[in-house]
Amino acid sequence: MRVVGAGGIVLAVIVLVALTAPVLAPHPVTAFDLGHRLSPPVWDARGVWDHPLGTDALGRDVASRIVYAARTSLGIAGVAVLVAAAIGILLGLVSGYAGKWADALIMRLADVQLSFPYLLLAIAVMALLQPSLLNLVIVLVLRSWVVYARLIRVVTLSAKQRDFVVAARALGASGLRIVFRHLAPNVVGPSIVVSSFQLAELIIVESSLSFLGLGVQPPTPSWGGMVSEGREYVGTAWWLSALPGLVIVVTVLGANLFGDALRRSLDPRLRNVG
Amino acid sequence: MHGYVAGRLLQAAAALLGVTAVAFLLVSLSGDPAFILLSPEAGEEQRAAFRKLYGLDQPLPLQYARYLGHVVRGDFGSSFAQGRPAIVVVLERVPATLILTAVALALGIVMGIPAGVIAAVKANRGLDRAVMALVLLGQSVPTFWLGLVMIRIFAVNLRWLPVSGYGTALHLAMPAVVLALYLAALLARVTRSEMVEALTQDYVRTARAKGLSETAVTIAHALKNALLPIVTLIGLQLGALLGGAVITETVFAWPGIGTLVLDAILRKDYPVVLAAVELVAAAFIVINMSLDLLYGVLDPRVRAARA
Repeated sequence: MRVVGAGGIVLAVIVLVALTAPVLAPHPVTAFDLGHRLSPPVWDARGVWDHPLGTDALGRDVASRIVYAARTSLGIAGVAVLVAAAIGILLGLVSGYAGKWADALIMRLADVQLSFPYLLLAIAVMALLQPSLLNLVIVLVLRSWVVYARLIRVVTLSAKQRDFVVAARALGASGLRIVFRHLAPNVVGPSIVVSSFQLAELIIVESSLSFLGLGVQPPTPSWGGMVSEGREYVGTAWWLSALPGLVIVVTVLGANLFGDALRRSLDPRLRNVG
Repeated sequence: MHGYVAGRLLQAAAALLGVTAVAFLLVSLSGDPAFILLSPEAGEEQRAAFRKLYGLDQPLPLQYARYLGHVVRGDFGSSFAQGRPAIVVVLERVPATLILTAVALALGIVMGIPAGVIAAVKANRGLDRAVMALVLLGQSVPTFWLGLVMIRIFAVNLRWLPVSGYGTALHLAMPAVVLALYLAALLARVTRSEMVEALTQDYVRTARAKGLSETAVTIAHALKNALLPIVTLIGLQLGALLGGAVITETVFAWPGIGTLVLDAILRKDYPVVLAAVELVAAAFIVINMSLDLLYGVLDPRVRAARA
């Protein structure tokens, strides 16, 4: 239980919500209820139980849209984390194990990437290449692979010096065998920890881009998009922006806390990672 | 040392070249300008003439070389929307962004570093945990949402501050605080971990043994040594700060580079988008390079390692 922590529970609940969205959502995601436009949440005197978190200007149910948006936001960030991890871990292993020109090439690439102000780059990419889901994932992967590559390189460098690797090499094991049988298991722990923090980070980036109109495109619901749509009603219908934003905060907080808990339980030496 | 400086200059030049290459590539990938800029009725002959006029019929590397030639001279083309040079349109917006980021940076430092020092001194006690909880919260709240929540509270409900706009210190208050909070959280976290490390060092024990007060030990000895990685982080975060400025400016209708870029994107005014992105990236690269070179001057250990 201590391993999972509060963050793990929050994250699990939100993943569950995303998976069961069609069952959980009180209304279809595109259903208009023109009789109840800009209806406040149920705890307000004017709220109705039919729309527990109120409705937007088109009479769409806010609760249902938040639930469906969990699929979009978690799905995009999740896929991007997996792809970035696959690419970053592989490049980190190669960089750390092979050294020489491969190491120099990969690390210079990472340096050049880090010398860009990322969000501005992301904005330019999304604006010029048109905001599609694929482009969104590519932009997020671009952010994340560097984090994995740098960390895994360092882990590999130190694992390479250890006796079991030296022994394997002395016994004539091939380079591929050493990397995948002996070095790869060492990078699993750090990678899991980093993935949790990266999930938090990428959810923020995705929702920021969606907020700016450069991420997930309407009518597909996303948390950032919902906050943006509610913007003009900040004085009158506060729940339109406040509630989806609150869900972002809770999710990101959950992922960050989960990362902290994983770090403590997997490896106390990783204190400063992420 | 000279080798290091030369290497670092070369690296910055490569990064700048990378920025222009990426920008150029993005524009080439974004579609044929003969279709974007000419009216849909234009015939194939007109399109061909247009491509020839702007050299778009040439091979890509040649186009890039020409583009680079223009960029080096500060020529980013003309704004499609305003007809004036794109670089001029961008430079007009620099002061507003500069004021916002400078004030946010100062606020972030003033809040973040002392919070981190206090957390480190009280490591693993109540105050430390409270600071770290705030840090976690600060890093989990998206800028754009915090901005809207603050508008609701301070502008709509309390009516203390204007909703948005530019001009007075009151207009600056909310955007600057929103932008500063993220930086403050990050700085507090790093300051804490650097200070915890520094406080275990021998020179701290020596300073205590000399009978110095705990405040003098913390500030003059530990913090002074912890400052270098903190300054590095501030340099690296300038990019994130500028990115955050884009979002903050949008939320508060602050007339800086961020709102300009988003407006330009909506109007498909690509020369302005690219001029802004390249200008900001260049500033970021140059600042980080300068900071890196400055360490050698500030810290004899770094100087020795680079020699």
